[in-house]
Amino acid sequence: MPQAARPLSPHLGIYKWQLTMMLSIIHRATGIALVAGTLLLVWTLLALAQGPEAYARVQMLCASIPGTVLLFGWSWALCYHLCNGIRHLAWDAGWGFDIPRAYLTGWSVVVVSLLMTAAIWACVFARGGTA
Amino acid sequence: MSADLQTPIKRARGLGSAKDGTHHFIIQRITALALIPLSIWIVWLALALMHADFAQARAILHHPFAAVWLAAFVIAAFWHAQLGMQVVIEDYVHTRWLEISAQLAVKFFCFIAALACLLAIARMALS
Repeated sequence: MPQAARPLSPHLGIYKWQLTMMLSIIHRATGIALVAGTLLLVWTLLALAQGPEAYARVQMLCASIPGTVLLFGWSWALCYHLCNGIRHLAWDAGWGFDIPRAYLTGWSVVVVSLLMTAAIWACVFARGGTA
Repeated sequence: MSADLQTPIKRARGLGSAKDGTHHFIIQRITALALIPLSIWIVWLALALMHADFAQARAILHHPFAAVWLAAFVIAAFWHAQLGMQVVIEDYVHTRWLEISAQLAVKFFCFIAALACLLAIARMALS
């Protein structure tokens, strides 16, 4: 039920930006992006089940520049959401709540997700790119 | 005026949680746990498919092992996606009809998308 227009306690407008809140926001954003990314999964599987012409269209999109950019974005989103998801599961188990550890695991998530994405794309380009 | 005579607890009763929040929380964690190995495997699959032609791709997915893992990924991923999107919509969409429409749209999308994937997997595994 909407109350009168009174200020709500901590909200983004007056809150000092910090790593932990950024990571939390990115976790949600990557989750939403990955839901959009499932469209490619559905399309790929349906096309593969349908036949070579349909699959060729999927491959054409993936090999295009916009397609490669989307794939790159989704690959990082998956790596990030996976790493930070493990961090969340550790919290759920009661581990890592103190501030130094929350920051250490937070930076680890950033670095490891970037390294994983780099490794994935090293594999892609080592075998001739997305084509 | 009569509503103002109600105590806060009286007004809150029956409008609060639907008493299945714990179940939501637990399923989200179980699917998350399942998705750790499954999503690593899906990256491997995507890399394999990326450099395969149609026949090679079908051969990869014809393998029963691939079909089982992929079906497991699809179920866990869409279940997890639906639970996550539900929370996002609950948090940010405050217009009631929009909220309900968005919740239904997400549920229908996840169900149909998962069904489409599973039928495609079955067709490739059994052909």
